[in-house]
Amino acid sequence: MAPLLSVRDLAVQFKTRKSTVHAVNGISFDLEAGETLGIVGESGCGKSVSSLAMLGILPRAGKVTAGEVMFEDVDLLKLPDSQLRQIRGNEIAMIFQDPMTSLNPVLTVGRQVTEGLRKHLDLSKEDAATEAVSLLERVGIPAAKERVKDFPHQFSGGMRQRVMIAMAISCRPKILIADEPTTALDVTIQAQILDVLTHLVAEENMGLILITHDLGVVAGTCKRTNVMYAGRFVESGPTTGLFARPRHPYTLGLLKSVPRLDAARKEKLEPIGGTPMAMTEEIEGCAFAPRCIYATEESRRKTPDLRRIGGDDHLVACWNPVPDEDLPQIEVVASRGREEAAG
Amino acid sequence: MTPAEGNGFLEIEDLKVYFPIKSGLVIDRHVGDVKAVDGVSFEIKRGETLGLVGESGCGKTTVGRTILRLYDPTEGRIVFEGDDIASFSQKEMRKLRRRMQMVFQDPYSSLNPRQNVGNLIAEPLKVHGIATGDKARARSEELLDIVGLPKSATARYPHEFSGGQRQRIGLARALALNPDLIVADEPVSALDVSIQAQMVNLLEELQEEFDLTYLFIAHDLAVVRHISDRIAVMYLGKIVEVADADELYASPRHPYTMALLSAVPIPDPKVEASRERILLKGDLPSPANPPQGCRFHTRCPFRQPERCDTEDPKLRTLADGHVAACHYAEAIMAGRIKAHESGRAEAS
Repeated sequence: MAPLLSVRDLAVQFKTRKSTVHAVNGISFDLEAGETLGIVGESGCGKSVSSLAMLGILPRAGKVTAGEVMFEDVDLLKLPDSQLRQIRGNEIAMIFQDPMTSLNPVLTVGRQVTEGLRKHLDLSKEDAATEAVSLLERVGIPAAKERVKDFPHQFSGGMRQRVMIAMAISCRPKILIADEPTTALDVTIQAQILDVLTHLVAEENMGLILITHDLGVVAGTCKRTNVMYAGRFVESGPTTGLFARPRHPYTLGLLKSVPRLDAARKEKLEPIGGTPMAMTEEIEGCAFAPRCIYATEESRRKTPDLRRIGGDDHLVACWNPVPDEDLPQIEVVASRGREEAAG
Repeated sequence: MTPAEGNGFLEIEDLKVYFPIKSGLVIDRHVGDVKAVDGVSFEIKRGETLGLVGESGCGKTTVGRTILRLYDPTEGRIVFEGDDIASFSQKEMRKLRRRMQMVFQDPYSSLNPRQNVGNLIAEPLKVHGIATGDKARARSEELLDIVGLPKSATARYPHEFSGGQRQRIGLARALALNPDLIVADEPVSALDVSIQAQMVNLLEELQEEFDLTYLFIAHDLAVVRHISDRIAVMYLGKIVEVADADELYASPRHPYTMALLSAVPIPDPKVEASRERILLKGDLPSPANPPQGCRFHTRCPFRQPERCDTEDPKLRTLADGHVAACHYAEAIMAGRIKAHESGRAEAS
């Protein structure tokens, strides 16, 4: 069966007066129905830009320079705007990090949820209103019937993100792209929102692309994970395999630099040295090489492509992948009180 | 918890900070208070790192700022080396501020964009009349070296630096006066993970080198656990639990701590798949109108029909030495009270 969404060699550049920023340099992935795909990376790695490019909503300076985005046998990048508009919001929906800036402050929440229903599904005013209430109930907003009359500022951050999710799923999209959906939220609220998303994916058989910087969020929700650095996927694989045996030095570096709540305390964290390089010039060789302890002469000369390593569809773009003996040994500490309490 | 007598470096006793809510255009009627901090007591020992965690709006930042008297306390005592500084005048405070400095969260807005880095770091030296001119310049170069930036940075401006580097500049500025106490308010949460680790390590190295005491305010429990000796957990203006960093994780005693710990994602898919997650219902209630009784009872998965909604639990020392504010901590620990079915994350 053909995948729901198939992205090939997508590249995006931003032109400014002085220079060209190579934001995305050829990424490829497939998304199946009912699958959650994670894209992890630090700020500026191009993870958000690539999803904006797929939906044709790049800022004006940005241009897709190569690649294709196949959705139901159509290349979204070649569609005229009028046809793309039928797909965007209807078949592929998106939610963003900051729910306050994505909601219109002068319209009631009900009005904003019904807008998509009336535009895309042609529902009558009454039907749309009933549907809006049931959508808000599905995402866990209490007293939804009354709250549709409220304005966004009367909702808390977590509740606003629920409203955004309700709006995004209102037309029963086949794909949902969530760009850092929980970054602005507290951890207990984050857990609630991720729970809502996971259930929706299962119930609606939706494909979910989860873009985040938080390795923990990916570990708990995604079946497949792509690690992005300087506009490329440097490692890609089933989440379990990728976390158990990270092969790219950057993935390993990320895992080693965050303290784990459940591990015995280390004396020192192990940060990745240096800072990401500016992406204003064509990078020669591996973009991570200047910060990498495994870099070889080859790394600095030739850019590595993603290639299979081991079984299980685990891909890595590295000339000198991390050997087994360098993987960290983690001593996990049990949290007794919680287990007793929750049991 | 009553702070131990004698060896206290900094003791906070029953601190309350209320922000008045006013109404009316001409007559400023006082219609209520946002009880940002409502009876907080803790102690920081010299040379230790106390982590203060809690979710946004719980009052952790207000505690930090009130200790430096950036806000005036409504009630309570802030005892710094034996002196109650809650009643100090601004003039007395200014002298003391040399010894207590703050590092802010946002490295983009806490540095004046029109001052070069040399001036930024030398400013506290000039204000306190410690050094000017060449002497100040030499000191700022020395400070930059301490935080791992090149001396040439003195002539550059904040916008020329990355977030992590700016945070280092903020730290150099805080260190300029050789303080004893540094209140670090979310110092790493605006930074990318690989840079976060560099900053955390730097903070630890500086603590050792200059014998610093930290109040480390943050919401990221994994980072707080790594850097802190002890951790205090705050919820809606009150401290609900205090414990050694490892103890707090290994055996939390307050239901809120348990929920908070269980909500922190762990970067390991196997662990995530098997974890028991306590999903809390709803949002943080408004600190202007906190719930009666235990402030957590509206969201608590272990809530009991009696006491919880009427009687405010005091922070008390349990039989095993843990300090928590829950009526039923022992019963929950022994498994006599089970969590209510939390099921889906529905808000109520």
